[in-house]
Amino acid sequence: MTGGTPARPGGHSAAEMMAVAAARQLRDGMTCFVGIGLPSTAANLARATHAPALVLVYESGTIGSRPDRLPLSIGDGILADTADAVVSVPEVFNYWLQPGRIDVGFLGAAQVDRFANLNTTVIGPDYRHPRVRLPGAGGAPEIAASCREVIVVARHSRRTFVERVDFVTSVGFGSGPGDRERLGLGGAGPRTVITDLGVLEPDPRTCELVLTSLHPGVTLEQARAATGWPLAAARGGARRTEPPTAAELAALRRLERTRGVT
Amino acid sequence: MAEIVPLTDAIAAAVHDGDTVAMEGFTHLIPFAAAQEVVRQGRRDLTLVRMTPDIVYDQLIGMGCARRLVFSWGGNPGVGSLHRFRDAVENGWPAPLEVEEHSHAGMANRYAAGASGLPFAVLRGYAGTDLPVHGATVKPITCPFTGEVLTAVPALRPDVAVVHAQRADRRGNVQLWGIVGIQKEAVLASARSVVTVEEVVDELDPRPGAVVLPGWAVGYVARAPGGAHPSYAHGYSERDNDFYVRWDAISRDRDAFRRWMREHVLERRAPGGSGG
Repeated sequence: MTGGTPARPGGHSAAEMMAVAAARQLRDGMTCFVGIGLPSTAANLARATHAPALVLVYESGTIGSRPDRLPLSIGDGILADTADAVVSVPEVFNYWLQPGRIDVGFLGAAQVDRFANLNTTVIGPDYRHPRVRLPGAGGAPEIAASCREVIVVARHSRRTFVERVDFVTSVGFGSGPGDRERLGLGGAGPRTVITDLGVLEPDPRTCELVLTSLHPGVTLEQARAATGWPLAAARGGARRTEPPTAAELAALRRLERTRGVT
Repeated sequence: MAEIVPLTDAIAAAVHDGDTVAMEGFTHLIPFAAAQEVVRQGRRDLTLVRMTPDIVYDQLIGMGCARRLVFSWGGNPGVGSLHRFRDAVENGWPAPLEVEEHSHAGMANRYAAGASGLPFAVLRGYAGTDLPVHGATVKPITCPFTGEVLTAVPALRPDVAVVHAQRADRRGNVQLWGIVGIQKEAVLASARSVVTVEEVVDELDPRPGAVVLPGWAVGYVARAPGGAHPSYAHGYSERDNDFYVRWDAISRDRDAFRRWMREHVLERRAPGGSGG
């Protein structure tokens, strides 16, 4: 099972490995549209370690925020206090996201399917009578459409990694190659999906998510058992994720202690 | 010209049963005191419009004030579910809730169209998602200049907008700053408006990045110090993140929720006293 924070070899939890692996995806100087929760944790960890010049854009309209602690919401005052600019909500979506100015969008999801489509709306086959009513779209559909590329973070389980999402809130690769172009989506789509077991990436030919890296102590069988479609390893096999360094772990734990402190 | 009145009078005058009401404030300056006055006055059959329903609409929905919700993200930010919202959608408690959901970009553009006096707005959005399949009012539109197919969303024209701001002067000019969200568009898109403020001052000194709503574009102004709590007013208070976390347990259980609302809302009076 992947819930909770089981101890892993090297003294870090699976959740910590996931946050560190996600942070490593961000390069210094990039502009990053950040959702709350894991994406915000990972983006701020990247800022605290290898990417001090990462530009964080939150959908509340704060551009270039440099919080020294983890916000609980995308609207915490520290995001406005430390921003280069604070703009209105129509402006952040229309002027900054829509034209493709943002390098990377960082999203979570309740369901991710084999073509990296994301569901944050409802669980169950009947929209009008959902088994679980989730929060909904927020900024995600246009983040997934317009950022130059997208990184997804989600805990790895059969509940989350499904053959087909119950509701397409945000488009990854639709039903396969060519769909993004056909739909006129400006960005390249999901580049990486980071989980607490490993890293998935779209196969360049089929757009299907395949396993490219396994976190320390995780087997291919475990990753397959937690995936709702026959998960293939990337051609040439899955790599082994480098465990978190002492510096990464220390920075992450310091950030976690500050979550939501005002 | 804005009238400066007590909050109870502003709500009684501006918010009626069956109205379409937009209470805005994007994770900041959320008009809790005004919303709770709507609960106390027992408004019913409201169509509630809001990008991020948040705890404020959890309270209105759980108290049976709403018939319909138009929104783009309904959660407790950073914490999890809105349990009253979920109970209404999943179990019809205390009453069935119709939903019309959009994306943030769609909602923001709908308000902007309403504020601009246009019937619709155009954006790149929704393509390939299931949102249009399930009731989001969007249609494809072809650009007359380039032939490109884009997405049209209809204007939002609420009966009344309710927002909170840092302050107003005695002529009803309203000033707000920090995360300015969508409040200006919501007020200008709506037929009527209620603005609660932390304080009414003689003179509004300029603030960097502030939005000013001229008094002649505002309906009612009511003094409600602390009226955004557990949200916050930049420069006056901090977001009460502990309360957002505590709300999860309060709202999870129907009886605990009703007890909390009775004790903290129904049996209390609106802040601000005589309003000026």
